[in-house]
Amino acid sequence: MASVSALIQGLESVGYIASRRIATALFMAVNLQKPILVEGSAGVGKTELALSTAALLGLPLIRMQCYEGLDESKALYEWKYGKQLLYTQILKDRMGASLADAVDMDAAMDRLHGMGDLFFSEPFLEPRPLMKALQEDDGCVLLIDEIDKSDEAFEAFLLEVLSAYQVSIPEIGVLKAKTPPIVFLTSNNVRDLGDALKRRCLHLHIPLPDAALERRIVASRVPGIEADLVGQLVSFVQSLRTLDLRKSPSISETVDWARALILLNADALETEVVRDSLNVLLKFEQDIEAIEPQIAELIRKPLA
Amino acid sequence: MQGALEDFFRALRASDVRISPAEAIDAHRTVATVGFADRELFKDALCATLAKTADEVERFDRTFDTFFTRQSFMAAAPPPKDGDSDPMDGLPQEGDPSELARMLMAGDASALAQAMEEAAERAQVSQIRLSTQRSRLTRKLLEEMGLAEIERIIAAARRLDDPKGQAAGERLDAARQALAKEASAYVERQHELYASESGRNLREELLARKALNSDGGIDPVDLAMMQTLVKRMAKRLADRYSRRRSVAWTGHLDVRRTLRKSMGYGGMPFDIVFKTKKIDKPSIVAICDVSKSVAAAAQFLLTFLYSLNEVVDRMEAFAFSGRMISVNALLDEHKVETAILEVLKQIGFQQTDYGRSLEDFCDQHLDQLDRHTTVIFLGDARSNYADPRLDLLATIQKRSRALIWLNPEPESYWGQGDSVMHRYQRFCHVAKPCNTLGQLERIIEDVLRTYIPH
Repeated sequence: MASVSALIQGLESVGYIASRRIATALFMAVNLQKPILVEGSAGVGKTELALSTAALLGLPLIRMQCYEGLDESKALYEWKYGKQLLYTQILKDRMGASLADAVDMDAAMDRLHGMGDLFFSEPFLEPRPLMKALQEDDGCVLLIDEIDKSDEAFEAFLLEVLSAYQVSIPEIGVLKAKTPPIVFLTSNNVRDLGDALKRRCLHLHIPLPDAALERRIVASRVPGIEADLVGQLVSFVQSLRTLDLRKSPSISETVDWARALILLNADALETEVVRDSLNVLLKFEQDIEAIEPQIAELIRKPLA
Repeated sequence: MQGALEDFFRALRASDVRISPAEAIDAHRTVATVGFADRELFKDALCATLAKTADEVERFDRTFDTFFTRQSFMAAAPPPKDGDSDPMDGLPQEGDPSELARMLMAGDASALAQAMEEAAERAQVSQIRLSTQRSRLTRKLLEEMGLAEIERIIAAARRLDDPKGQAAGERLDAARQALAKEASAYVERQHELYASESGRNLREELLARKALNSDGGIDPVDLAMMQTLVKRMAKRLADRYSRRRSVAWTGHLDVRRTLRKSMGYGGMPFDIVFKTKKIDKPSIVAICDVSKSVAAAAQFLLTFLYSLNEVVDRMEAFAFSGRMISVNALLDEHKVETAILEVLKQIGFQQTDYGRSLEDFCDQHLDQLDRHTTVIFLGDARSNYADPRLDLLATIQKRSRALIWLNPEPESYWGQGDSVMHRYQRFCHVAKPCNTLGQLERIIEDVLRTYIPH
């Protein structure tokens, strides 16, 4: 993590081809100890960036998938009710024995206060992803996936974790992170996030890659693929993106397609092969129907 | 560099990138980490700390390029014909030699550029707010650089008998003109950086308050801006209200669910569940008058419908003048401009007949209404003295959850001439004049917010 170029190389060694902007944002996030909010359309490698960073730094990755209705008992902690129940029962049995010889009510109460109260204490906490991330001794990579799917209330609740790397538990107090984790938040822009959350994060927007970058990504993700084929399929995908489709193919689709072509033993793009495997690339029936008649033309068209 | 960064923040704020003090501090820490040596690194690092949405990234890039670009400086005297003699040669020497004159005659571009920066700071060019300030600030900038001195030297040189001195004076004059051009370009750039957006914001603000059906309608120049404004408004509303929300209703114990949850703990009620009220996603039926009398307003009402249609799941849109048609399909299929044209082409600008249109609605679309639906009428209730069919409106009111009437005319016009607004008003839960975009947004927001649980 010495410099941006070292970071680019490091990421490449774990199989993630990062553009300069991505690497710079990551570099700043680590140096300023701030969470990083990654936006971009589905399949451009937002989640992959977090996975690769964890792999590069050799840190454990803790992942939390957000959804509507996610609340703190699922994200942060929950009490182990069953154990607490057992504890109260043991307590009751013990109490009778130890309070039996107290002379009057006051003495009994004094002795009761003297006993340690464990009912709300850390052993009875069931840590959930956020808490686990704060408890890791050597730090970790915390991935909060698709934050835009969660409720606004949950977003507000994240603020304390993200800015101070601590959580307040009403019954216990404040728990601080041992080592601040590297936090990634990803968003598909289902809704606009609050300003307070954005302010606490660095922002990174991952666009669809240009042809050169995409060729490198495919080559690194699909080992053993021939350079000619990579060039052809990338320029095919790139020209698809200029068309008006319901869902443009993103990087993950390109990579999947490259793998599919290898499985089909294709060493060059041919109309027949492309037609058979188009459903890997396009996810809507209308898109496939619109593209099918143009396949031959799109293959022939040199990259603009 | 501190000052330059602060200026840069100001330029960013002027182009609508929000920068709070906390972000400014982050930016300073960023700069301390990466330094200035690598321009790309500097830009990317600042971008990551300051720009928080894809739009802002775009604006950041633009502002960064304008702000940190210094075009090569052109204002220098044409070189003297005889090689390497003293550049000041030939000019009359009176008192202290002017530093600016020396730079101009020597053609020292970098020194000139720096002098201009310093003078700009003294003249406070970056405080520019309005385009009308440009010429005054250009003049002030030149004066701060020492223009008076130059003009005095030129005048003195022209009075000399010496042809060499006169030639030198001419060269200095040419350099002065180039310098003036350079200064005005500089001020222009500053204006673009700090003031161009604020002018646009002002216009947008005025537009939001402008009456939609005022005489002559909306200026064609403002049309595009108005449409983006409407779209942004609809998006904002949808962001806030298109999701299913629930509000904790503390104080009312949900006995059934609490008992159910306590089963796991042997009947001990560890988890206490309170009743919550759900706020449903809005379901809207919008009915829009597109007749002649509301022609100007109709376009924007339609744009608004269009944008709302993109973001509200359950929305049925109808338009009418003589008859009523469903425009949902039109709004779904076409882009906004063509959709509006198409609607207007099919039924726009005819004689209004409210009674007939209500009949059409009740005949064909009454099943769209149930107790969850809010009906929004957009129209002026001028029915050309035809039967307003109050009974049909009463039916609509009875079947729907709320009936809201937005009238582009001010309240004092209601009931005058052929307006039957007062008679319709009796059946509406809310009837309000809605004459500007600002009002439109406020009212629709009320509709969406007060969506009461069933």
